[in-house]
Amino acid sequence: MVAFLKHQVKTFGLTELFKGLAVTGKYFFKKKITVRYPEEKTPLSPRFRGHHALRRYANGEERCIACKLCEAVCPANAITIEAEERDDGTRRTTRYDIDMFKCIYCGFCEEACPVDAVVETRVFEYEFHERGENIMTKDKLLAFGDKYEAQIAADRQADAKFR
Amino acid sequence: MFNAIQNWLSLFLYDWLAILITLVIQVVVVIMPIMIAVAFITLAERKVIGFMQVRMGPNRVGPYGILQPFADALKLIMKEFIRPHQSNLFLFLVAPVLALAPVIAAWAVIPFDEGVVVSDINVGVMYVLAVSSIVVYGVIIAGWASNSKYAFLGALRASAQKVSYEIAMGFALVTVLMVAGTMNLTEIVHGQQGGFWNWYWIPLLPMLAVYFISGLAETNRTPFDVVEGEAEIVAGFHVEYSSMGFGVFMLAEYAMMLLIAFMTAIMFLGGWYSPFEGIWLLDPLTAWIPGFIWLFLKVAFLMFCFLWFRATFPRYRYDQLMRLGWKVLIPLTIVWVFVVAIMHYFSIGPWFN
Repeated sequence: MVAFLKHQVKTFGLTELFKGLAVTGKYFFKKKITVRYPEEKTPLSPRFRGHHALRRYANGEERCIACKLCEAVCPANAITIEAEERDDGTRRTTRYDIDMFKCIYCGFCEEACPVDAVVETRVFEYEFHERGENIMTKDKLLAFGDKYEAQIAADRQADAKFR
Repeated sequence: MFNAIQNWLSLFLYDWLAILITLVIQVVVVIMPIMIAVAFITLAERKVIGFMQVRMGPNRVGPYGILQPFADALKLIMKEFIRPHQSNLFLFLVAPVLALAPVIAAWAVIPFDEGVVVSDINVGVMYVLAVSSIVVYGVIIAGWASNSKYAFLGALRASAQKVSYEIAMGFALVTVLMVAGTMNLTEIVHGQQGGFWNWYWIPLLPMLAVYFISGLAETNRTPFDVVEGEAEIVAGFHVEYSSMGFGVFMLAEYAMMLLIAFMTAIMFLGGWYSPFEGIWLLDPLTAWIPGFIWLFLKVAFLMFCFLWFRATFPRYRYDQLMRLGWKVLIPLTIVWVFVVAIMHYFSIGPWFN
């Protein structure tokens, strides 16, 4: 009898519903976790895998030696490399294309590279307006690397002790 | 208030012209704020639900997203109006109008403050009930004219639900009428003068809950939104509506919510009277606040409850919804009619004298 009355009071008192309302009511006043994106940004890891870049040595010589390990490891076949011997007898690429539409940003190319030539930077805010712009050529990648070299070097430095 | 305008106009205009101008003024004065309020309720809904989900809600258009409703309205207006194949064009176009017009018409008898009412008729409650129940025709016709299974299922659910809950709603109002002894909405508010313990929500507390729950069902709000049921029947009766046809249904839904909130505030929460009437210190301190502010505050709280419930409760299953309507709410209201009758007979409390 007591249990029955208890049940009826609970049912007609809408206790469970008020409990639910209390939960949502509590969250109404909580601090919001939204990041207002263009104005606020989430912190990025030094390992962030964004836009690719080709790096150079301090003396201005390009690092890539056209070993084609990145091309081989690329799971999406996004990288195309053609190479030949340069006048000074070193092996260099004549063509280094990354198709940004094919690329899945796995970072395998960066891992495979024996000379730290191809890297993925923190830059993830880029867009293409014309067909064909998605093919990142060697010139573009080198220019990109020159532009962000300070950031790239700092990120490699920060991650060096874990590699 | 409006009579004074009409008298003044008739001094130098034809009588019929004075009446016409007064009517237009009344319509604009009542409908424009409602439409604007409805626009901002849509924003408030998204903001409140967002806040309860620890998000911020829309905040891109204008400061804090204030202009979001206007962006939405502009988007809806600019969209293409699509007529479903083999649908009945006349009915298809008439349905949104039938959904919106009665909701707006019902505002004619809602008193916003002492004497601020378009038409102070003696059957105000009856009028609101009668007019707002026409909305269901808009829904049925929309579902039928769309020539779509989903819309038709939604319309069937909507009509069954609205008809069922209208009974509980009507009985809940019957108890109010028994306490107030009148159907005039202004008189009902007058009967609640003198502090919040004189409002009808105390003797009629279960009826307040029943009325509000029925109101949720009437307006197809969660937890009673099987009509829309996006998981099963996409969007219910207005799946096939695009552009402003859909916009009008939205307007109708939110205007109906506002109407229910106003009716609840007037019937149970003392209308435009301050809750602090007759309380030491608080009464003189808040006496300067005009009545309509109190009414708007009460309505704002009730609207917040609408949104709060939407953010909290899951949807009722269809059979549970019918069980609640017929087996719980209607018997409860009938019992309370007798309780009120007994309280009335023995003059219990400050409400029956």
